[in-house]
Amino acid sequence: MVKDKKKSVKFDLPSKTTTSRTMDEELESDEDFLPDNENIISASEDEDASGDERKHTKLLEAISSLGGKRRKKLAERSEASLQVSEFAVNAEGAGEKVVLSDLLSSATEASRTDGSLTKTQKQLKNLEKRHATLELPLSHQQTEKIQREAAFQKASKEVSRWESTIILQQRAEQLVFPLNQQPNRPRRMEQVVTSWKTQTPLEQEVFAVLHAHRQPTLDPVLTPVEEAQLQAMSLEEAQLRRAELQKARALQSYYESKAKRERKIKSKKYHKVQQKAKRKAFLKQFEEMCKSDPERAMEELQKMEKNRIEERMSLKHQNSGKWAKSKAIMAKYDLGARQDMQEQLELNRQLTHKPLPSAELHGDSDHDDDNNDPTLTNDDQTLPDIANDASANQKEGANPWMKMTAVMPTAMEAEPKSIVVTTDSEPTEVAASGGGGGDAETEEERLLGEFARRRQLRKTNEEEEEEADEEARQKDESSQAAGGPSISFTIAETSEEEEEEDQMDEAAASELNALFGRLAKQGQQDAAPLATVGVASMDTLLDEDTTRVRTLEEAELLTETHSDTAPMVESEAAAASGHGNKHAPKVKRRQKIIDLEQVLTKQAKSIRVPMTAPAVEDAEDEALDEQTDVIREAFAGDDVVLDFLKEKRKQEEASKPKDVDLTLPGWGQWGGLGVPVKKHKRRRFLKKAPPSVPRKDRKLPAVIISEKRDSSVATHQVSQLPFPFENPAQFERSIRSPLGSTWNPELAVRKLTAPRIVTKAGAIIQPLSKDDVMSSKKTPGKRGAPDLLLGNVEQGKAGHRPTAKRKKHKK
Amino acid sequence: MAATMEAASTKSHVGKKGKPPKRYWDNPTEDSENSHVNKKNRQDGESDSNQGNITAVSPNKELVTEKQNKNRQSKTNHISGSKDPFPGEAPIPQERLKKFQRGEKSQVTSGLRSKLKEAIKRSEAESELAQKQAARFDLLLPEDAGFLEGDEDEDTCTISQDDIADAVDITSGAKYFNLHLSQFGPYRLDYSKAGRHLILGGKRGHVTCIEWQSKQLVSEINVMETVNDVKWLHNEDMFAVAQKKWLHIYDSKGVELHCIRKFNDVLSMEFLPYHFLLATASATGFLQYLDVSVGKEVVCINAKLGRLGVMTQNPQNAIIHMGHPNGIVSLWSPNQKEPLVKMLCHQGGVRSVAVDKTGTYMVTSGLDKKLKVYDIRAFKPLQSYFLPAGAACLSLSQRGLLAAATGDIVQVYRDVLGTPVTKPYMAHRVRGGITGLSYCPHEDVLGVGHSDGFTSMIVPGAGEPNFDAMDVNPVGSLKQRREWEVKALLEKIQPELICLDPSQLGRVDHASWEQRHEERVKILGYDPLAQEKFKPRMRKKGRSSSGAVEKRKKKVAHEDQREVIRKTVEENLGKQKELKKEKATLAAQGQRSALDRFKK
Repeated sequence: MVKDKKKSVKFDLPSKTTTSRTMDEELESDEDFLPDNENIISASEDEDASGDERKHTKLLEAISSLGGKRRKKLAERSEASLQVSEFAVNAEGAGEKVVLSDLLSSATEASRTDGSLTKTQKQLKNLEKRHATLELPLSHQQTEKIQREAAFQKASKEVSRWESTIILQQRAEQLVFPLNQQPNRPRRMEQVVTSWKTQTPLEQEVFAVLHAHRQPTLDPVLTPVEEAQLQAMSLEEAQLRRAELQKARALQSYYESKAKRERKIKSKKYHKVQQKAKRKAFLKQFEEMCKSDPERAMEELQKMEKNRIEERMSLKHQNSGKWAKSKAIMAKYDLGARQDMQEQLELNRQLTHKPLPSAELHGDSDHDDDNNDPTLTNDDQTLPDIANDASANQKEGANPWMKMTAVMPTAMEAEPKSIVVTTDSEPTEVAASGGGGGDAETEEERLLGEFARRRQLRKTNEEEEEEADEEARQKDESSQAAGGPSISFTIAETSEEEEEEDQMDEAAASELNALFGRLAKQGQQDAAPLATVGVASMDTLLDEDTTRVRTLEEAELLTETHSDTAPMVESEAAAASGHGNKHAPKVKRRQKIIDLEQVLTKQAKSIRVPMTAPAVEDAEDEALDEQTDVIREAFAGDDVVLDFLKEKRKQEEASKPKDVDLTLPGWGQWGGLGVPVKKHKRRRFLKKAPPSVPRKDRKLPAVIISEKRDSSVATHQVSQLPFPFENPAQFERSIRSPLGSTWNPELAVRKLTAPRIVTKAGAIIQPLSKDDVMSSKKTPGKRGAPDLLLGNVEQGKAGHRPTAKRKKHKK
Repeated sequence: MAATMEAASTKSHVGKKGKPPKRYWDNPTEDSENSHVNKKNRQDGESDSNQGNITAVSPNKELVTEKQNKNRQSKTNHISGSKDPFPGEAPIPQERLKKFQRGEKSQVTSGLRSKLKEAIKRSEAESELAQKQAARFDLLLPEDAGFLEGDEDEDTCTISQDDIADAVDITSGAKYFNLHLSQFGPYRLDYSKAGRHLILGGKRGHVTCIEWQSKQLVSEINVMETVNDVKWLHNEDMFAVAQKKWLHIYDSKGVELHCIRKFNDVLSMEFLPYHFLLATASATGFLQYLDVSVGKEVVCINAKLGRLGVMTQNPQNAIIHMGHPNGIVSLWSPNQKEPLVKMLCHQGGVRSVAVDKTGTYMVTSGLDKKLKVYDIRAFKPLQSYFLPAGAACLSLSQRGLLAAATGDIVQVYRDVLGTPVTKPYMAHRVRGGITGLSYCPHEDVLGVGHSDGFTSMIVPGAGEPNFDAMDVNPVGSLKQRREWEVKALLEKIQPELICLDPSQLGRVDHASWEQRHEERVKILGYDPLAQEKFKPRMRKKGRSSSGAVEKRKKKVAHEDQREVIRKTVEENLGKQKELKKEKATLAAQGQRSALDRFKK
């Protein structure tokens, strides 16, 4: 709306200026203004002959005007009313434009002297100079449309706040009305006995201790886990967090695109300059790092050592490539080519050069070693000891042959706790990498760095899981990790510039090798305290990790570290299945028992009956036996089996769909008795039946199963799939378990048949108000201060398990 | 749940990660002790989470979950500082869970609609809850059946009933008794569903009703007619007697309630308790169903298989099995006029059929002196035995003990269904040819009706020791029995629902619309969608002469058919035109005139 106003203001002024040209001509006509008016009236007089009254008034006016006074009194303008005479309003100059001079003419002499007029004049002149045409103001329809849109957006925003509530209601299994009923169950001890206070000195002492350690004095109303959950799920914080993440993502994408663009630049000079700058910065930073963060410096050194190894492995810079060969041919004649080759070789030498510590430093370190650990003196002295120390921490990547045979015990101790240490040192690490990577550390980089750190933390947690996992699980995880996007800032940077930077990096490495010596001693000194610090920090971590988990992100992190309980369960399940295998052979045997071929020919086992041939047979019994013999004889002739097979064949025939013969005798040929229907005609009008569905008893020779459809059952069956289901199997499975009390215990029945909506008789059900919905979401954040700080990281995770699961599933 | 999870998870990480902050209620020594317990319970913790999912959700979900969590918390943490050594719910063994598993679980895959996912999840959770609850309450069925065990080198079948009766307690020993009723010839018998009452029907008209455990005679009558079969109806108040001519129904006092003349020459009967149907098989070859709740004949089927004397029911699906003289066993439902299945089981006539409680096995015996065991889900033979004397009567107990009557000897077989046996578990000789054999439900008792009366013998391990008092209550009071009757009537299953595979009701009907319409027409007796026939209006002044009416009819005749024909003709014409056009264009392309080359 503000915009519109501005437009209109802009518009008004120039319109006046443009019209000011015509001002002079108009002034002349000003004199004959009144006579004209008269004429108009008279003209109208002629036209309106019908209205008598009007005529009369006009006549009176005309007469009065004829009188002495020349000037006619202008009709007075009164307040706006419904009945405004169309003659009272003067329409003179309606089509003409307003001229600036008209406005100025009213300015008095006094104001002219003030200077304010001159000012406006100047402004007007300025305005006159501007000739740019301006846009038309928006049409009525368009403004209305915009207004409508804005209104709609506002309204939809208002309405969409209810969306989650509505979805929740729709999904809820049971709705209980009225809302916010107080539970009628007995309250817990802690809630009831609030007036209890410490009285005895012992109690007081105990509670003093508890208070000092910030422990909950009563049984906490909310567990730390729940608190964490509630905290994590606070709406505002979640929104904030989300916005933050969005920003980070956006920045990341910007950065990525920037990096992409820069990488695409083909200018060699540009890259050279950049790399040089980078190298310089790196060197500078490294030197700083040696002082401030020796551990990190060690890592860098390690990296360089690796570079050296790689260089030794490869044929790069050995003048054996295609390029080198071509240069070798040229070298005879071309000095430049020779120099290039020389440069390559020099580079190779530099890179493969093993740094030797300077003599006095060497001696010093040796001396220290002697003091600390005599075994170390036997080892390869060419490599600085500090490097070897670090190699204990970093198992992978380093050459195992170059490792020291005896690893320092402190390092060994530190090893299992390495993860904790690394996580602790990560912020600084990221900061350092940021400094090394970019010339000036921008905010976005810092943000991205943070992002990367979180990712890394999560990754380490996953690795932990992997250790605990069984093999199959492990594979899965690793594949996931590989598949997942690794956008951590440092990694991305190294990868993108790797190719170009290769040489320069290596050059830098060779320079840095010289620093080894200087570092060696310092590192040695720092190593021991560092280890102790690590342990100390561990302890502090254990005890002091009672900070609140506030954000979603953090909560997620927590859960993820905790999710490694799952594999254990899985392994248990696997064990159970192992037990289940015992049943497998049994099943197999049963399958063997049912043999198709042995239907009637199956050999019968005779059973040894203990009471054979009763000593005294009753006459009746005898008669019975005789009777059976007679019956047997009677049936001896009947071939029961053959009869059965015949019947079966008959049934099969009957159930087969038959061909339909549609030939009409006498059509297209002579008809009558004894006239056979022509073959081609019969062929044409014979409708072949579709192939019959295989019978259920086709593999059971001694069984006839009726193929007739039982429609009485079908009337009770579901014939159309109900809504959310996509295939019958889903639906069938969903109704597979019965609900009735015949099959279920009472508790289960009550739950299974719980009504969708429960209302309290006689209670008024108010419509859902905003307070009910919105306040309930805010409360977790505002909840009165619980008497303990949030628990450990792990505890938070336990509460958040389900979400973590979902996350994983999505991956 | 949260609490249990917490406890479980913290322990597993002690080695690698930081410990949780110390709480004053934590007992440091417990850690090592509880670790294995926690491991065990972890599964439960998870399952509990599922259980939590399906609890009622009020609109503001957070509040509810909060409440739940609070409750759980209160369970685990006590002010005293002591800790529950077995947090969470008691674990349920996998085998027991498996016992109550119903069908396959459906998996929630990624590509599903959210609503469908929700529905599947919900139903899964529900069925899991039901399964778990059932498994949990399985604990309440503590009775276990034991079997007779002989000394070394002693066959259990040589142990006489007297020995058993002496060995067991007095009340159990009293369950072995003989009734010498030699006057009225071979007896048929039937136990009531609860197993308290016994009815005996002598061939020569003697019908008696006994409360056999207390040996009280409830009533005794002589119907002065041949009695072919006797059967209890849904409770102990009424029983049906198949007499020489008609079917009669008496009450427990022996008062004749009904004489049903539609049911004549009945030879054997079966009562389907959940359907309130009395199925009868007659000498004239008819299978009839009587609905005893309303007293109407449901269906009368001519089996066309000769005299029907051998009959039994499948307790699982209420299908009637009948044995025939030509060695065939046929399966019947009241909804089809032809047998659902016909199986050729024996070379000679079928003498007796029995089906086990689960509806898995059928045992038949025939004149060829063979005893055969079938799997009636697949209709395949499992075992075949040769009995030298042949078995006249068969009966399967609730726990799968087979009783076979060979002459005057009752043999009881154990595990006859799955594994081949060589000798009986028990044997007992009675004083006459056996004509009736029936196990008493929920008791280790086998009733034998023979020509010299009745023998009740003890068969350890025969009856199901755990009874469902909601279904049948052997110790129910009068009031409870009355209430049960009302409930049973309310839950009566209609005869239309009887089918070979009861799970078919839980499946989607794949039949086409036409098929269903056809069936509907058959049921209704008319086609509800059929068009009305044209009836010419009555006109006056001689214009409604028969000739005029016919003319008018002819005008309208085949109106709809004409429409169809018109349409098809139009379509055909259109097609022909198109063909012509195509041909013309083809021709135009193919036959180019000499001047076409100058065209551009």
